[in-house]
Amino acid sequence: MKHLEEYRDPELAGRLLKRIAATAALIDRPVTIMEVCGSHTQAIGRSGIRKLLPPAIRLISGPGCPVCVTAAADVDRALWLAGRQGAVFATFGDMLRVPGTGGENLQRLRAAGADVRVVASALDCVALAEAEQGREVVFMGIGFETTAPTVAAALRRARERKIANLSLFSVHKVVPPALRLLIDDPGVSIDGFLCPGHVSIMLGSAAYGFLPAAGKAAVITGFEPVDVLEGVLLLLEQLAEGRPAVEIQYRRAVRPEGNPRAMAVMGEVFAAGDAQWRGLGPIPASGLFLRREYEAFDAAKRFAIPEFAGQENPGCSCGVVLRGLIDPAECPLFRRVCTPANPIGPCMVSSEGSCAARYRYG
Amino acid sequence: MCIAFPGEILSIEDGRFAVVDIGGVQREVCLDLLADPVSPGDYVISHAGYAIQVVDEAAAQESLALLQEILEHEAP
Ligand code: SF4
Repeated sequence: MKHLEEYRDPELAGRLLKRIAATAALIDRPVTIMEVCGSHTQAIGRSGIRKLLPPAIRLISGPGCPVCVTAAADVDRALWLAGRQGAVFATFGDMLRVPGTGGENLQRLRAAGADVRVVASALDCVALAEAEQGREVVFMGIGFETTAPTVAAALRRARERKIANLSLFSVHKVVPPALRLLIDDPGVSIDGFLCPGHVSIMLGSAAYGFLPAAGKAAVITGFEPVDVLEGVLLLLEQLAEGRPAVEIQYRRAVRPEGNPRAMAVMGEVFAAGDAQWRGLGPIPASGLFLRREYEAFDAAKRFAIPEFAGQENPGCSCGVVLRGLIDPAECPLFRRVCTPANPIGPCMVSSEGSCAARYRYG
Repeated sequence: MCIAFPGEILSIEDGRFAVVDIGGVQREVCLDLLADPVSPGDYVISHAGYAIQVVDEAAAQESLALLQEILEHEAP
């Protein structure tokens, strides 16, 4: 497959690993690198890269799995919306097994008779609403800057087609405010960031300017083994030379200016507001909510959703895992109580969660 | 969740949708989010039913060549 196979070449990967070892030796101190994105966590797990890196380099997983950072209260709201009489509730598949307060999830609600559908695109929901005229279709939109513009574009389409029975429950979030929170947290010490490739297709590189300004290295990286290794190498070179910057490794896809058209569509439909992140708490201007012009599509306005305080399982350590403070294996529930078949926290639910990746790939 | 794949545009319908070959599987994707016009033969990266960027062929070749060169030059 063009634009993928080239980046899976083991020979190239082996040579990169050698260069990484040589560059790490120049730095002469332990280095902590955070892979922000859940897709990176999964790619790194699958390829075994974590174990191939020199011991002085620690790769930790960040808060870049949208499912993992969805607050229990938002899951509770989703369960309430999906449980209403006659409702059609649709969302992306990853969301189905995320536990709300008390461990209830959408999959169990569906088994109990609720009409919960899995869609691959927000466009499917537009079609679903057209097919189910006379029923209220609620779409739970989840995801970062990669996904939010697609949902915004689908809503524009729904408005164009004058669809009146579709609404959006948005738990969309944006990435930079969470990274800002992490670098401001004195308990967290990270030298460099592998920035998310697909989020950055939309965002571009300027959005991460605050990282080098705070002395952090940053490389926007793709998802194949050669991409990740080159990303690590570029980070180490920045650190060795003491010149933090935002570099783009994933040049075939990411342009410095991002995708301005997609960002404009996102901005036309959504406005930023404060949002609650599981494990990180409330973060100002980190959530995406429908603008007044799209109020008619806002499930939060259309339905009288009760207040939910939301309580995460107190035994779950996702909060500290998401900040890279502990390794998933250090959670007392890991593997013993919490497994992908019986996930206690969202970091074990999504295949991109750090606990699930550690469970599967060690 | 932010998973996205490169694929080749096979055909375009009414300028808003394209059929893309992603690793041998044909999928229909919406082109509404692309800033640049595309035509069959172009590679696009698709996510959640939308093409989100055109693959920059020149940058792809250039960056692979550059990587090879760097590794060759300073190999121990
Ligand atoms: S192993 Fe399970 S309980 Fe522990 S932090 Fe991960 S998801 Fe939470």
